[in-house]
Amino acid sequence: MSKVIRILIAKPGLDGHDRGAKVVSRALRDEGFEVIYTGLRKTPEEIVRAAIEEDVSAIGLSILSGAHNHIFPRVIELLKQENAEDIIVFGGGIIPDEDIPALKEAGVKAIFTPGATTASIADFIREACGA
Amino acid sequence: MGERKELFKTGSGIEVKPCYTGDDPAPGLAENLGTPGGYPFTRGIQPTMYRGRFWTMRQYAGFATAEESNKRYKYLLEQGQTGISIAFDLPTQIGYDSDDAMSQGEVGKVGVAIDSLADMEVLFDGIPLDQVSVSMTINAPAAILLAFYIVVAEKQGVPPEKLNGTIQNDILKEYSARGTYIFPPAPSMRLITDIFAYCAKNVPLWNTISISGYHIREAGSTAVQEVAFTLADGIAYVEAALKAGMDIDTFAGRLSFFFNAQNNLFEEAAKYRAARRIWAKIMKDRFGAKDERSMKLRFHTQTAGASLTAQQPQCNIPRVTLQALAAVLGGTQSLHTNSYDEALALPSEDSARLALRTQQIIANESGVTDTVDPLAGSYFVESLTDEIEKAVLAYIEKIDSLGGAPAAIEQGYIQREIADSAYAWQKAVEAGEEIVVGLNKFQMEEEPVKGLLRVDPAVADRQVEKLRKLRQGRDNAAVDAALEKLREAAEKDDNLMPFIIDCARLYCTEGEIAGTLRKVFGEYHPVEIL
Repeated sequence: MSKVIRILIAKPGLDGHDRGAKVVSRALRDEGFEVIYTGLRKTPEEIVRAAIEEDVSAIGLSILSGAHNHIFPRVIELLKQENAEDIIVFGGGIIPDEDIPALKEAGVKAIFTPGATTASIADFIREACGA
Repeated sequence: MGERKELFKTGSGIEVKPCYTGDDPAPGLAENLGTPGGYPFTRGIQPTMYRGRFWTMRQYAGFATAEESNKRYKYLLEQGQTGISIAFDLPTQIGYDSDDAMSQGEVGKVGVAIDSLADMEVLFDGIPLDQVSVSMTINAPAAILLAFYIVVAEKQGVPPEKLNGTIQNDILKEYSARGTYIFPPAPSMRLITDIFAYCAKNVPLWNTISISGYHIREAGSTAVQEVAFTLADGIAYVEAALKAGMDIDTFAGRLSFFFNAQNNLFEEAAKYRAARRIWAKIMKDRFGAKDERSMKLRFHTQTAGASLTAQQPQCNIPRVTLQALAAVLGGTQSLHTNSYDEALALPSEDSARLALRTQQIIANESGVTDTVDPLAGSYFVESLTDEIEKAVLAYIEKIDSLGGAPAAIEQGYIQREIADSAYAWQKAVEAGEEIVVGLNKFQMEEEPVKGLLRVDPAVADRQVEKLRKLRQGRDNAAVDAALEKLREAAEKDDNLMPFIIDCARLYCTEGEIAGTLRKVFGEYHPVEIL
């Protein structure tokens, strides 16, 4: 039996819209992942620390406030500083199409925008984590 | 012949029959309805409703700096909007200045950045505050923004007794659904009752709270849960004010409400009618209100942001139209219609104008405004109104048994109910049991939408520079003294409003005032419920 994949779902910044983060957390749990949800208002530093301590394979960042261009690259930068760039970073929220190439360039592996199914997120994680 | 589904039901799970007859509404219909403007206000809070005047068309807006938002408000007023609704950025909503480390990346993004009275002066430049009603979506630091507002008006020569507007000031739904809390529940409730008491004496036309189901619904609740959790919060505020020694009829008439409008036309219209009837009975029977104004549930409505799709975004225009129609059929006092591009970004000027036009078409062209409560007497709508009332009362009873809304939130009950509904909806959409046009049916290949509004990242730098100059130019000894007095008052049980107004006058920043209160009150740390 393969090892259960651990995922951190995080709400960075000051954004309080957590419906998506909670729905994705529950759906991933039902898909057989171990999911840790950070709750609201976490700094990039807190998220990276939690990801390392919890030994997760991937971090899912949810943001709807428009702060993604600042926060997503910062999380990736901190992971590199901690030599933890093997942790996969993906994201979701209200993120304009034209911002996606730069976020991917910065190292975000996938962006899920409104309407994405939870099944597609689960499939992405399994593939990215080689499960 | 067979039917499309085995079971037809509303989003709240109320079963819908093939056909309704006169046997369906509960007995005593005439008494349950009352007359328009009469108890229990099922048919509306005024005798003439929209024959007298239309609802207030109030589009929620704000972004970047006070200068840019001021321009958008003036534009919307020129286009026939009749009230202003201020969206603040997240640092402002959580009591951080633009130069705080917590504010990075968020300044001016989801609303306008307001750091001090100086920004507020710019925000309302050329907008006469004795003529326009202003609604502010501000909760945890509502006392601070209200203080800024009172002082700006004073500088315009408008006395507080002429001010007409609303602060959201509803902390309980921040804990259960919206997330912009600062302080723990007890000091938060004290700030709210301080505002009730201060305004009852000094700002008598001000709506001191907008008890909000909107965000509860956006977070995933059903229509029934939206009304139930909102009215349960309302009960908690009334109880807090009574405990603080206020008389029910001195403040209850200034309580206002805020609901969502989703797609199910009849369930939504019935929802508003049921909410009015339940609140009237609660105020009269449970709290012994004597003044009819205390029993009238006045409400603002916004169409459902969560119903908008990023796919084929123009499909959002008919969605918003249906939702707005439900709000009007339900007798709303004011209305915000969403822009079709809001699943993608903040609305552009063009899409915001079209959203306003949608309301203007319903008001001026559809004819639904020519008679009061046109759905009254419909077997189906009356039956739905009864069913919603019954289901809401069952929830309120459950919440009472848990010790009231604050206790139910503390125990995670309300958050869990909302999260369960949100997850059930997502699963139903992914299974194709619920159809969302353009999303899981009738899809097509699309080009990315162009012309989305973007907030210039330099806004944060400009705001930080303004703050630096402000701190250099003001009387800092007076600022420190005023903050110290506020701290002392917070440690005792004085009404904090006069102290906060003194701070506002001296150009203390929002972060300094909220920071002083943070030191005394501490911060709220939620238990996460999935």
